[in-house]
Amino acid sequence: MEKFQTLYSAAVPLPLENIDTDQIIPARFLKATTREGFGENLFCDWRRNPDGSFKPDFVLNDPRFSGQILLAGKNFGCGSSREHAAWALYDAGFRVVISSYFADIFRGNALNTGLLPLQVSDAELARLFALVEEDAHVQFVVNLREQTLHVPATGEVIRFDLDPYKKECLINGYDDIDYLVSQKPAIEAYEQNRTWSW
Amino acid sequence: MAKSLFDKIWEAHVVKAAPGGLDIVYIDRHLIHEVTSPQAFDELEARELPLFRPSRILATADHNVPTRNQHLPIEEPLSRSQVDTLTANCAKYGVELYGLGHQRQGIVHVIGPELGLTLPGTTIVCGDSHTSTHGAFGAVAFGIGTSQVAQVMATQCLLLSRPKRMRITVDGALRPGVTAKDLILYIIAQLGTGGATGYFVEYAGSAVRSLSMEGRMTVCNMSIEMGARGGLIAPDETTFAYVQGRPYAPKEAAWEQAVAYWQTLYSDEDTVFDAEHRFDAAAIAPMITYGTNPGMGIALNGHIPSEVPASEAESFDKSLQYMGFQRGESLLGKQIDYVFIGSCTNSRIEDLRAVAAYVQGKQKARHVEAIIVPGSKQVEQQARAEGLDKILADAGFELREPGCSACLAMNEDKIPAGAYCVATSNRNFEGRQGPGSRTLLASPLVAAITAVQGKIVDITQYLN
Repeated sequence: MEKFQTLYSAAVPLPLENIDTDQIIPARFLKATTREGFGENLFCDWRRNPDGSFKPDFVLNDPRFSGQILLAGKNFGCGSSREHAAWALYDAGFRVVISSYFADIFRGNALNTGLLPLQVSDAELARLFALVEEDAHVQFVVNLREQTLHVPATGEVIRFDLDPYKKECLINGYDDIDYLVSQKPAIEAYEQNRTWSW
Repeated sequence: MAKSLFDKIWEAHVVKAAPGGLDIVYIDRHLIHEVTSPQAFDELEARELPLFRPSRILATADHNVPTRNQHLPIEEPLSRSQVDTLTANCAKYGVELYGLGHQRQGIVHVIGPELGLTLPGTTIVCGDSHTSTHGAFGAVAFGIGTSQVAQVMATQCLLLSRPKRMRITVDGALRPGVTAKDLILYIIAQLGTGGATGYFVEYAGSAVRSLSMEGRMTVCNMSIEMGARGGLIAPDETTFAYVQGRPYAPKEAAWEQAVAYWQTLYSDEDTVFDAEHRFDAAAIAPMITYGTNPGMGIALNGHIPSEVPASEAESFDKSLQYMGFQRGESLLGKQIDYVFIGSCTNSRIEDLRAVAAYVQGKQKARHVEAIIVPGSKQVEQQARAEGLDKILADAGFELREPGCSACLAMNEDKIPAGAYCVATSNRNFEGRQGPGSRTLLASPLVAAITAVQGKIVDITQYLN
C-alpha cells in the first residue's frame, strides 16, 4: 500500500445520500481477476450513456471540477462488500472521500486500499458543499498526521477522527496482513488451547 | 457481568488484544467464491505466503455462473476465466471446491447452512456482504473485502474493532400472508438504510423465535441492508434440529458436547445493549419497496411518502424518477414485466414450496416473465423430487439451475432497462439487475401472486 502524504487538492462534489457500491462500480465490471483498471468504470451508469458516450451533466464529466477528493452525501459506500469500489475510486485518482457517514465495510476496504474515508458532521459536510458550489477550485489540505481538513482560502479547519492504528498504517503504508503474519505464534497457541474443534 | 450473545461468541474468538483497541479475532469458517477471491490469492502469491488453514475454507462458484446449461462450458469469456481461476487456485492451495456441476454447488450462503458448515457459536466470513445470513444459527458472520480475504487466508484471523450491539425485538404473531421477508423489509423501512451502521444486531422476540431456520436466514441476510455489520439469533431447538445430521455437523459425542455449549449461547437477562428497538408483529403487512434502496419500503396497500426531510429530498426524488413513480402514489395496479425468485435471501426449498403452493393450477400473466433460480443444486434436486418443477412449469415459471443470477446480474440473467421486476432478492439499487432495471423487493409469496396477476395487488385478497 502507498503511503498517504499530506494532500492539497480541490474536491469533486456528489451531493447524493446512500451512494451504494453498485453505483461506484456496477457488478458487471467485477469479472477482472486483478486489482487494476477499475477506475475507467467508476460510476459508469451515472457517467456514461448506454452507448458509452459521456453524460455531460454528471459531475465527473464537468470540466469545472477536478481533484483527488470526492465530497459525497451521507452513508457513502453502502451495499455490497466489493473492495473493487475502493479500488475504482483509487484507480481514478481519488485519495480521500469526505462524507458525514460511511458504511462499515466500505470504510474498512478504503483504509486497506490507501483511500482515506474522512468523516465530518452533517453541518460540516453542508458547509463543504457550499464552499465548492461557491468556488469549484477551492483548495483543501488534508493533513493526516494532524487529523485536520484545512481550507486555506477561508482559514477554516475541521478536525476528523481516525482509528490511531489505521492512521499509522496509512502514513507508513502498512497492511493488516503484515501485522497478523507477525502474530502467528499467538494464533497457533490459541488454536491449541481451544476446547472445541468443530 | 451480563453478556450479550454477540459478546460471548466474540470473546471466545479473541486471540489477543492488538494495539489501538483492536482485537485479533479467529475465524472458524471462510467461504470463498470466484468474484472476490482471485486478488486475494494473488496477494498470497506476491508475498510468498502459504495458505494457513486450507481445511477451514470452502469454495463455490455462484456469482458469475449461467443458470442454464451448466453442464456446458461457460460461454461468456470473462465469467469463464474467473471461474477457471477459482478452480486453479483451489487446486493449487488445496481448498475444497464445490464448483459448477458439483452436487453441492450453490449460492455460498445457501450451501454453508445446508451442509452443516454453519454452526452456532462460530465465526464465519466471506467476501460478500450477505454473509450475515449465517447469523441465523447464532454465529458471528459478516462480509469482508478482498484485502481481508487475503488476511484470513494468510492467518485465519482478522484485526477488528468490536462493533456496538443493537437488539431488535419483534413480539406477537405474524398475520396471514406475512413472512420473514416482510418482517425484515418492515424493520429496514423503520430504521432506514443506514440505521444500524456500526452495530451488530441481535433479533429476538416471539415472532423471530417462531420462524423456521430458513425464515431466520432471510431476516439475518438483510441485516446489511440497514448498514449492520451482521445480525444473529440465539440458537435453540429449531436450530439444533436443523443442523443435526448434516454432512459437516459434529457427530455422536462431539454433537452432545456441541449442543451443551450451544445452549449457553444467549444474551443474559440483564444485558445492556447500545441500542434497542421493539416492534409488534401484528402491525406488519406484506411489504414491497418502491425506491432504490431497501429502506424505501411500504405495505403493499400503502402509499409512497409525500413528505421527506429537506436534506433527503434530492436523493429521494432522483430515486422516484429512476423508478418512474410519484410522491404519495399507491403501487396497486402497476404492471410488472418480470418476476425473479431467487438469491441468498429467498431461494431455499420453503420459498419454492410457497411459490408452488400458490401457483398450482394457475397461470402466470401472459406478459410476465417468471424466473425461479434455486439457491443450490440440493434445493433444485429437492424441488424436482417433490414435483415442484412440474407445478411451476405448468404455471409458466421457468426453474433454472443454481446461482446468484438476476440478483446482481453478473451473468446473462438481466432485467432490461426500464422494465419492472418484482424480486425476492435483497437490493433494489439503480441498475442492480442490469443497467436501467427497476426492482421492487418482496417476499416469494408476493412475487408469486404478482406473476399470476401481472400487476401489483393487495395480496391479502388473493391468498389461497
